[in-house]
Amino acid sequence: MSTPNGKNTKTAVILFAVVGGMIGVAFASVPLYQLFCQVTGYGGTTGVAAVKPVGVATPAGAPMITVRFDSNVDKTLPWNFKPDQREIKIQVGAENLATFSATNTGQQTIIGNATFNVTPYKAGEYFGKIECFCFTEQTLKPNESVSMPVTFFVDPEILTDPNTMEVRTITLSYTFYRAPTDKDIQARQNPDTVQLLKHAEPKT
Amino acid sequence: MDHADTAHDDHNHAPKGIGRWLFSTNHKDIGTMYLTISVISALVGGGMSWLIRLELAEPGIQFIQDFQFYNVLVTAHAFLMVFFVVMPALIGGFGNWMIPLMIGAPDMAFPRMNNISFWLLAAGLILLVMSALIGDGPGTGWTVYPPLSNSTYQPGPSVDFGILALHLAGASSVLGAINLITTIFNMRAPGMTLHKMPLFVWSILITAFLLLLAIPVLAGALTMLLTDRNFGTTFFDPAGGGDPLLWQHLFWFFGHPEVYIMILPAFGIVSHVVATFSRKPVFGYLGMAYAMISIGVVGFVVWAHHMYTVGMGVDTRAYFVAATMVIAIPTGLKIFSWIATMWGGSIRFATPMLWAMGFIFLFVVGGVTGVVLANAGVDIAFHDTYYVVAHFHYVLSLGAVFAIFIGIYYWFGKMTGYKYSEKQGKIHFWITFIGVNLVFFPQHFLGLAGMPRRIPDYPDAFAGWNMVSSIGTVVTIISTFYFFYVMYCAFRDKVPCEANPWGEGANTLEWTVPSPAPYHTHEVIPDMTGTAAPAE
Repeated sequence: MSTPNGKNTKTAVILFAVVGGMIGVAFASVPLYQLFCQVTGYGGTTGVAAVKPVGVATPAGAPMITVRFDSNVDKTLPWNFKPDQREIKIQVGAENLATFSATNTGQQTIIGNATFNVTPYKAGEYFGKIECFCFTEQTLKPNESVSMPVTFFVDPEILTDPNTMEVRTITLSYTFYRAPTDKDIQARQNPDTVQLLKHAEPKT
Repeated sequence: MDHADTAHDDHNHAPKGIGRWLFSTNHKDIGTMYLTISVISALVGGGMSWLIRLELAEPGIQFIQDFQFYNVLVTAHAFLMVFFVVMPALIGGFGNWMIPLMIGAPDMAFPRMNNISFWLLAAGLILLVMSALIGDGPGTGWTVYPPLSNSTYQPGPSVDFGILALHLAGASSVLGAINLITTIFNMRAPGMTLHKMPLFVWSILITAFLLLLAIPVLAGALTMLLTDRNFGTTFFDPAGGGDPLLWQHLFWFFGHPEVYIMILPAFGIVSHVVATFSRKPVFGYLGMAYAMISIGVVGFVVWAHHMYTVGMGVDTRAYFVAATMVIAIPTGLKIFSWIATMWGGSIRFATPMLWAMGFIFLFVVGGVTGVVLANAGVDIAFHDTYYVVAHFHYVLSLGAVFAIFIGIYYWFGKMTGYKYSEKQGKIHFWITFIGVNLVFFPQHFLGLAGMPRRIPDYPDAFAGWNMVSSIGTVVTIISTFYFFYVMYCAFRDKVPCEANPWGEGANTLEWTVPSPAPYHTHEVIPDMTGTAAPAE
């Protein structure tokens, strides 16, 4: 055979490397995707700030913005979780406090973890959280109730960005799930157990 | 370019018995096996679509009481058609058969890898069939979106079998792609530069690169779904910090190039047929080649046009609208080049040419509705309606599948050594052309009226066009069986085919070897030095 076998092998090795690289890219997309959402506010991902940035202040004559609160609980988590106020009117650039109440109605101590976003999604990049119960896992003993605070601000630039300048209402939504560290987390993976859990710990 | 192999006919004996096929390393035998598995899958997948149209012929639930079964039909129909009909026929079948012949190579670069590519696909097909037969079947749609595809909503092993079937089909495609790229890069006849390659070789080369880049992403995403379903990971589960939307991004990053994977080889075949039967070199050869490259490149950055309704920002959507519409430019270039090739040509309306002209017409219809759907604002209304179903069936079912028939009729003599009846081929074309248009054109109207896809029932208002569509399916069923009759007659009558049955227009290397192509071809590698740039 006059085929250039060495050359063929070299080509194939390069092509296999490309395939391996693309598999790597697929898995790398998982952390990259989260990073991308946090940086861009994509899908209503809110920003996080240790303190309200200096220089963020309420411009004169800025309209009030209504922030509405929404709460959800995963069906396998026997918690009661409600905002203490349905909505508040805020000034852009000002630091605001809202509280949520959570009660464990189950018979066991459970660790929960909240995911969050805002709608409209495009407001995400201007919605900054300073302190939030959603940053950490929350542990509730049976029948324990706690008040969960969130402090946040809305960046005044929301009023100058042509994409978002008409936004006057922002909904901040939370969904509580069993935390990945919770010992019963495996139960969620098994549909039979999900059924059992639903019967054993009916939501109130 | 003499008939080199006839001088060495003592090498022409093929292995006998089942071993010839099981252990085959011969590109022609493997190509034949790919075409065979494609035809078998097409009958099964086509039969599923006939069941779907049977249920949809009238409003109400007539035949399919089990809605999960309906979902399984929709899902399995798509998987079969995409992974086990179109890809094996165009890439594995015609690619294997014709690439070495066209570039003057004796075989593929890695004949044993070629063998395992095929048998991985066969194993994948078995897993897919098992997936449908075990448990409730995969009722996810071919897009397999979580949460519908997670273990809560699709318990049982069906979806896992489906995932593993796609893993095997994907591995098969990746190995095949590596083989094709290596063959095309390293084993072209002396003097055949990249810019002198026949357009079908170009189309397969670009397709193979798309496979190389897209399939691993699908494999990664499917693996994540598999571990989400079975091992407690939460890639797509918000409870553990995952995001179901990530699946859609990964899936469509694969899924959009995938549609070009299915249509680019069709472009290659059509270019040859149009040039052959116009007896002219293809118009704008380099433009045709680079149009396919740009379709392939841009195809990787438009995936989110499948996701306009997930809540992306207006800027993001504007980008994906613009990028998607850009693809209409190289595609339009190809359409106009085919027309320009025909323009002033000495056109012969032989069977492959009829199919090619049918392809061009139908692909334009599908392309135009594609441009409509590219608009994010319009797509909000059309998303998941029958308009989308009509669109992608015009480009795939009527586009890519037409290309399979073009290839079969164009290369039938070269592959089998027999001639089919021209009259029968033309009758087959017209029955099919009428049938598929009756099936899919009314679906545009249903989609515009708001009929959602993947639902076994619909309001009475949609009854009329659904009935037309189902009647079209009956015509298509007749054409399917008529195709087998055409093939049967060709093999029964055994009319011998000359080396080049198409005359002066057909001047690629496969027509320089006898028909049927001997077991070993191009043992003396043809010298292409000094030949003109592709006169196709």
